Amino acid sequence: MLEANLEDRKREARLITSRALIAGLLAIVALSLVVVRLVHLQVDQHDHFTVLSRDNRVKVQPLPPARGLIYDAKGVLLADNHPSFSLEITIEKVGDLDATIDELSRLIRIEPQDRARFERQKRQRVRFQGVPIRLNLTQTEVARFAVDGHRFPGVDIRAELVRTYPLGEHTAHVLGYVGRINEQELDRIDKSNYAGSHFIGKGGLEKAHEALLHGQVGYQQVEVNARGRVIRTLESRPPVSGKDLHLYLDIALQQAATEALGEERGAVVAIDPRNGGVLALVSNPSFDPNLFVEGISQTDYQALLSSPDKPLYNRAVRGQYPPGSTIKQFVALAGLASGVTTPRRVTHCPGSFSLPGHSHRFRCWRRGGHGSLNLEQALVQSCDVYFYDLANRMGIDRLSGFLSDFGFGALTGIDVAGELGGLMPTREWKQRVRKQAWYPGETLIVGIGQGSFLATPLQLAVATAAVANHGKVIRPQVARAAQAPGAPSAEQLPMVSHAIELGDKQQWDQIINAMAKVVESGTARRIRSTQYRIAGKTGTSQVFSLGQNQRYNAATLPKHLKDHALFVAFAPVEDPRIAIAVIVENGGGGGATAAPVARRIMDAYLGGATVLTDDGGERGD
Amino acid sequence: MAIRSSGVFPDDSLDQGQPGFWQRVHLDAPLLVALLALCGFGLMVLFSASDQDPAVVERQLIRLGVAFGLMVAVAQIPPARLRSWSPLLYGVGVAMLIAVLLIGDIGKGAQRWLDFGVVRFQPSELLKLAVPMMLAWMLSARALPPKLPWVMLSAVLTLIPVVLIAKQPDLGTSLLVASAGITVLFMAGMGWGTIFVLATVVAAVTPLVWIGLHDYQRDRVLTFLNPESDPLGSGYHIIQSQIAIGSGGIDGKGWLNGTQSHLEFLPERHTDFIFAVIGEEFGFTGILALLALYLFIILRGLIIASQAQDRFGRVLAGALTLVFFVYVFVNTGMVTGLLPVVGVPLPLISYGGTSMVTLMAGFGMIMGVHTHRIRARG
Repeated sequence: MLEANLEDRKREARLITSRALIAGLLAIVALSLVVVRLVHLQVDQHDHFTVLSRDNRVKVQPLPPARGLIYDAKGVLLADNHPSFSLEITIEKVGDLDATIDELSRLIRIEPQDRARFERQKRQRVRFQGVPIRLNLTQTEVARFAVDGHRFPGVDIRAELVRTYPLGEHTAHVLGYVGRINEQELDRIDKSNYAGSHFIGKGGLEKAHEALLHGQVGYQQVEVNARGRVIRTLESRPPVSGKDLHLYLDIALQQAATEALGEERGAVVAIDPRNGGVLALVSNPSFDPNLFVEGISQTDYQALLSSPDKPLYNRAVRGQYPPGSTIKQFVALAGLASGVTTPRRVTHCPGSFSLPGHSHRFRCWRRGGHGSLNLEQALVQSCDVYFYDLANRMGIDRLSGFLSDFGFGALTGIDVAGELGGLMPTREWKQRVRKQAWYPGETLIVGIGQGSFLATPLQLAVATAAVANHGKVIRPQVARAAQAPGAPSAEQLPMVSHAIELGDKQQWDQIINAMAKVVESGTARRIRSTQYRIAGKTGTSQVFSLGQNQRYNAATLPKHLKDHALFVAFAPVEDPRIAIAVIVENGGGGGATAAPVARRIMDAYLGGATVLTDDGGERGD
Repeated sequence: MAIRSSGVFPDDSLDQGQPGFWQRVHLDAPLLVALLALCGFGLMVLFSASDQDPAVVERQLIRLGVAFGLMVAVAQIPPARLRSWSPLLYGVGVAMLIAVLLIGDIGKGAQRWLDFGVVRFQPSELLKLAVPMMLAWMLSARALPPKLPWVMLSAVLTLIPVVLIAKQPDLGTSLLVASAGITVLFMAGMGWGTIFVLATVVAAVTPLVWIGLHDYQRDRVLTFLNPESDPLGSGYHIIQSQIAIGSGGIDGKGWLNGTQSHLEFLPERHTDFIFAVIGEEFGFTGILALLALYLFIILRGLIIASQAQDRFGRVLAGALTLVFFVYVFVNTGMVTGLLPVVGVPLPLISYGGTSMVTLMAGFGMIMGVHTHRIRARG
């Protein structure tokens, strides 16, 4: 036994030794191959390469492409490039950095904020790439440096195109902005294509369409002297500029939406239901994206970050709110589609609803109750009890399944980077995240769009457009077409959609008619129009929960605890051209605050004077 | 494992008598001297390649200090303990790779790093050690050479991290991790028949890899096959590095006197292409000396492997040494135009810290295998 073991061990030791021997020989052979190659390069062809090296005054420099421009639907320029000279320091090539900057500042004006920005960018830089110490040099300064520049190895003037956003804060949330490429981004991009580029899309449309906007790098072979300075250009492969983007976005409408929101915090998303084109995407308040292009100063950034209105927060695509009653038309459709209810079926609303065998009372927003209502009346009055009952009979699986088809709980896929997907609660979600079983009471809360149900204004606009389209859900797109430089016409970007099929197609019109009545005589009657018909639905989203016996009193609540006001609508009813979702944070009632905002935007788009009626005084949901 | 008596090993002089100084500090003197010489030479070259920037050399020196410290620390760990940590290390490494793919800085783009707030960590580096440790752990539990099922399992355990790293995408590192798996199997005595079959499989899979490559990676391979086809783009690297090396001749142009490198014709001259700077400034003789030093380190590692006391130590020390060899061969082959351009640094000389730390930890393990010996009594 022991002997056999020892025999085995010896055999193994011999095996390993023989393998080590083979590996050693392999290493010798492989490195000999390298040596043979070196003999070829350094001995046989030494003279050849010496000539090449002496004549090697030819260097390859990358030529960065110009970034594609961005135009709105009517051809207004939203993102432009303007030429600018900057003074750059390649830190790895400079000995004493502080002394160099001090010396430079005697030649060219360098303000403390320039130094601060330099220090900031220095930390994020790509090794052996220049970091700007001064931007926007004047012609005189460029000339002065050209004379004295040889005293500063590692310091160069660079001419480049810098992005500007002429309309500033009107486009910040939808276009995003570009900024300097940092080391992390460098790992992700194709380094050779970005060899000469300094900017990359950091958010919004600029990031989502980076591939289209950036273009293709070019190269030039230049002859340099012994000190490495360029003498002349020999051969070049010009860069291919990025594609210009033409948007669905209408900047006039965008501005109208911003004005309609006024001082309120909130968001507006308007979509053309025929093609999914985003006509307006506003998050209020906004910020100036131009501040970010060359790196924002610490003071400005702190001011934006600490503002209680959160101007950097894109409420339109990242704001996740309980959708409240704006969800009821979709729940009603789910009820019709699943056969749980019919247009004629009547439910009695005594002011609250209790599950059989439970004492908890789920209240209707109208304490006294609505009496008996059919589906249309329930939508027009936004009766909670009707929808508690409907959701309860449908069950959470059918309800969330149907609502998911409209895009709730998932990313819409819009070409604005940073979108969030909201939350469509399901049995599976609750088990996974909260490790709890689903309670029937939660189904009721989902049925009126409260509780853990969250949706973004964008999702609400997309779903509303789908109703206007009789079930065609189109992926929203800000960009309509991309035009290659020199191309005679722009190439349309593809439209992506899927259809929701109902057994009875009339059910779409039943819901749309009810939504039209919401505006004509229901909770949104304040905005009824004589010029065109609007189909809409109001909603409020609770900021804090009331106890069982508390009453909501808007007058005594501080502003930041007031309900969010929501409104979704499309118009004209017969031939929908605009679908819209509005949220006014802490705005109170949807009918009173959010609906007039939507009306002003629709008037601006469809042409009409905004006249609001005054009988919207009752607190409606 | 318990049975140890003199005469089991032909070379058991190490196992007798009082341990010497080097054995007590668990370091191997020949290896240590060679590594120090290599790093010293590397710093000298880096000073030239960085256009004599003391800051670059200083940063590299700090990294080297950290790496040597880690090597000494790792060398203190007995191989038996390393062995028991292997599966855990491997599991954690793979989990972190998955985490990197799922969450790793996706917002900011880079998918190689995990950010722990204070430290940014590249899990793929860990796998360069964890894969050979895991395979050595598994294979050393049974008699060698390994039977086919264990070979297959080893291949799977190697492929999981290789695919995950290739997806990041980091071709260079995934290649090195794959080679770590292969070298373990080789050192464990996998039969020649099996080696042939695996080679055939690899050849069959290569077209599939080609399809899976990113455009820029394909470009690199195509450029390798014909550098003149794209003199303005990626072929520029290879042409320039050959001019630099070739013009160095037998004696070289002298330290700090390389024209190609200093006039910035040579791209990435302080990182992946630093070998070309050596070729230009120190010539054929300088390179020969450097390769001799590398060869010495490799052979010393293999001798340590063959003298190790147990299977785990033998296989691990051998495999780690061969991974180091792969580094040297792939980098020098790439810079001289023998192999395509894959991002593999020249070990212990190229500027940059991550791979250096892993390599030195590996040498720590090799030294540990050599110096933690169970001594024979009497």
